[in-house]
Amino acid sequence: MSQIVLFTLITLSAVGALAALILYVVAQKFKVYEDPRIDQVEEILPAANCGGCGFAGCRNFAEALVKADDFGSLYCPVGGNDCMEQAASILGKEAVAVEPTVAVVRCAGSCDKRPVQNKYDGAKSCSIASATYQGETGCQYGCLGLGECVDACTFDAIHMNPETGLPEVVDDKCTACGACVEACPNDIIELRKKAKKDRKIYVSCVNKDKGAVAKKACEVACIGCKKCQKICPFDAITVENFLAYIDPEKCKLCRKCVLECPTSAIQEINFPPRKEKKAPAETATNAEKKDNNSSEPEKKEESC
Amino acid sequence: MLKTFAKGGVHPAENKLSAKSAIEVLPLPKKVVIPIAQHIGAPAKPLVKKGDEVKVGQVIAESGGFVSANIHSSVSGKVTKVDNVIDSSGYPRMSVLIDVDGDEWLETIDRSDNLVTDISMSAEDIVKRVMESGIVGLGGATFPSHVKLSVPKGKTVEVLVLNGVECEPYLTSDDRLMLEKAEEMIVGVRILMKALNVSRAIIGIENNKPESIKSVTKVASRYTGIEVAPLKVKYPQGGEKQLLKAAIKREVPSGALPLDVGAVVHNVGTAFAVYEAVQKNKPLFERVVTVTGKKLSKPSNFMVRVGTPVNQLIDAAGGLPENTGKVINGGPMMGKALNSLDVAVTKGTSGLVIMDDTESVRRAESNCIKCAKCVDVCPMGLEPHLLSKLAKKQIHDKLETERVMDCMECGSCSFECPASIPLLDYIRLGKNRVGQIMRARK
Repeated sequence: MSQIVLFTLITLSAVGALAALILYVVAQKFKVYEDPRIDQVEEILPAANCGGCGFAGCRNFAEALVKADDFGSLYCPVGGNDCMEQAASILGKEAVAVEPTVAVVRCAGSCDKRPVQNKYDGAKSCSIASATYQGETGCQYGCLGLGECVDACTFDAIHMNPETGLPEVVDDKCTACGACVEACPNDIIELRKKAKKDRKIYVSCVNKDKGAVAKKACEVACIGCKKCQKICPFDAITVENFLAYIDPEKCKLCRKCVLECPTSAIQEINFPPRKEKKAPAETATNAEKKDNNSSEPEKKEESC
Repeated sequence: MLKTFAKGGVHPAENKLSAKSAIEVLPLPKKVVIPIAQHIGAPAKPLVKKGDEVKVGQVIAESGGFVSANIHSSVSGKVTKVDNVIDSSGYPRMSVLIDVDGDEWLETIDRSDNLVTDISMSAEDIVKRVMESGIVGLGGATFPSHVKLSVPKGKTVEVLVLNGVECEPYLTSDDRLMLEKAEEMIVGVRILMKALNVSRAIIGIENNKPESIKSVTKVASRYTGIEVAPLKVKYPQGGEKQLLKAAIKREVPSGALPLDVGAVVHNVGTAFAVYEAVQKNKPLFERVVTVTGKKLSKPSNFMVRVGTPVNQLIDAAGGLPENTGKVINGGPMMGKALNSLDVAVTKGTSGLVIMDDTESVRRAESNCIKCAKCVDVCPMGLEPHLLSKLAKKQIHDKLETERVMDCMECGSCSFECPASIPLLDYIRLGKNRVGQIMRARK
C-alpha cells in the first residue's frame, strides 16, 4: 500500500517538475517585453473602461500614453487633469490641462410644453424611433424620450425625469465621457465647459425650423429672433438656421440673454434668485421657475 | 401542387375585404401636396414656384439623377407653396402644394378610353418615355422603372416576370387592376418585353385571386410568350427574389440582382402605368389605392391622384371608424403607420389599412426562448434573433458577415415571434448602420 502512495508521489512530482521546466523554457523563449510603465499608468487611470478617451479601454489608453511623444489630444475625461498630471509625472512628459466639461441636455420640450400628437409603440430605442419618423410631437429635432442616453451612461449620471419625459444630468456624477452624446440620434446632448458652482447658461433647444413652425410645435422652442444675440455684451451668441447657440468659451454668465428670450428657451441653472427690484416682476418669477426646474420641477403632472 | 418559394414564409390571415369593390375614381381634391421625393434615389428638383399655373401632367420637378424620377402635377391649378410638409416618411420633406382649379390636362395626353394594342415605338424610345413619365415600381418599393429597363452591357435578360402576387394581407389594388384593366396591362407587358428584348414573360399571381387569374389568362392566351403562373398563397412571395424562385425556379445569390440570373421583375401596376405612358402619353400621376379595415364601413379601391390627402380617401370609404388605433400606409406586414392624416398619397401608396386600437397595439415584449421560429420563417435564410441582438449591441462587423444586408424587411420574424420581440425594428437599425459603414468604405 505504502508503495503505491510512494510511486504515485514520485510520478506526479516528476510530471510536475517536467511541466514546470517546459513552461519556464517556453516563457523565457517567447517572452514579450512590455513596458512596466504601462502597468503603472493603468494603475492610476479610473478603470472605468468607458471609452471616453476614444480608446477601447483604460489599458489601451495607457499604452497610447506611454507610446505618445506628447499628450496632445490624449485626455481621460473621467480622471481629469489630476489623473493626467500623475500619468505625466510617471512618464516624464508634459500634461496638457483641459477645462472640465459636463453633459447638457439641450431640449426643454416637456409634455406640457410640447404637445404629443401621436403614440409611438415601436421598440424602446431612440435610434429606431428617429429612423421611423419625427417622433410623437410636432418637433422633429427634440428629445424622443426613450432614454438611449440613460442606457449608454456607465456612471449613472443621467436619468429620465418621468414628469417632464426628458433626461436630466447629475453634474457631480457626469464624467463627460461623451457616451450619451454619441448615443443620442438627435444630437441634443452637448459637452459644455464646467463653470464655478456648476452654473450654466445655454440654449435649451435644437429646433432648426422657422420661428412660427418651431413655436407651434413647442412653447419653449428657440424661434431664432436674435434678441439674445443683440443684447449679449460678449458676442457669445450666434444664430444659425433659426437657432441660437451660446459659445461657452465667450459666455461670461451675465444672464442678460435669459431675460431677453421671449420663449424662455435659454436656461440658467444653479444661479441664486435674482433681486426683485432689478428685474420686472414677470421675468423674475420666470427665472425663479427655471431655478426650481433645475432641482425639482414644480409641475406635478402625470408621467408622459 | 402549386408553385411557391422554398425557404421560410408565413401565412397571415388574408382579410381581402375590398376584393369585390370595383375601382372608383375619387373626386378631385381641393388641394394637393406633391412630395418631390416619392421614389428610391435622388429627390427630384422642383421646377415650379409659388404662383405658377400648372396643368395636369405637367412636369413640376425634374429627375435629380439617373436613379431618380420626374414628378408631374396631378391636378390643374395654382402653386401656393413649395415647402416642407410631413409626408409618409414621417418627416417634413420638400413638397409642392397646389390649389386645384378645374381639371385641365396637357393637350398631348390622349384621354380617350380606346385600347391601343399596336406598339409603334422602338425599345430606346420606350425606355425614354418611361423615364420622362416618372414611372417607378408601383408595388411599394418605388424604384425608378427606367433603371430596370436599361440593361447594362454584358448582361442578358431571358425572361420578364410580372409581379401580380399581392401577398400583403388586406391589399387588393393589384387584384382589381388585373381584373378590370387586364387588356391594358397585357399591352403594357408587351411594351416591357419589347423594351427588354425578351420573348417570354411570366405573370405570377397568388391563388387567392381566381378571378384575376382567369381574366389575365384569357387575355394573355392571345399572345405568344406570355404565361400566367398561379402561385400558392404564402407571404412574402411578392419579394423579387421569392417570386423568381417561385415562378421560374431561379435563386438570386446574396448581394446579386435578378438581372444576374437573367430576369427582370416588374409590378403589374407598373405595366399598366407603362401602357398609359407609352400608348396614351400619360405620365404617372394617379394610381389605385386600397382603403380597407375591419371596422371601415365601405372598404374600397380608388383611382387616386397623387397628392390627395389620406383623410379624403378615408372619408370616401365611409369615414374614420371610432377607436382607430393606426392608419397604415401600405400593407399590415411591411407598411408603416402614419403620424398624420394630412399626409398625401404618393406613387408608392398601394393601400391604407385602418386598424382599431385593440388590433394595432404591439404585445408586450418578453425574453427570447430560443425557439428558432424566426429562423424557420425567414425567407432569406437569416437568423433574425442573432441579427437583432447584434444590432442592439452594435457589433457591426459581425452583422455584416451574418448578411444583415440580405434582409428585405418583410417582418415575418416579428410576426411569428412568440415573445413579441421587435426583431425587425432592431435589424432595420443594424441594416442602416452597416449600410452607412459600407458606403463610407467605398
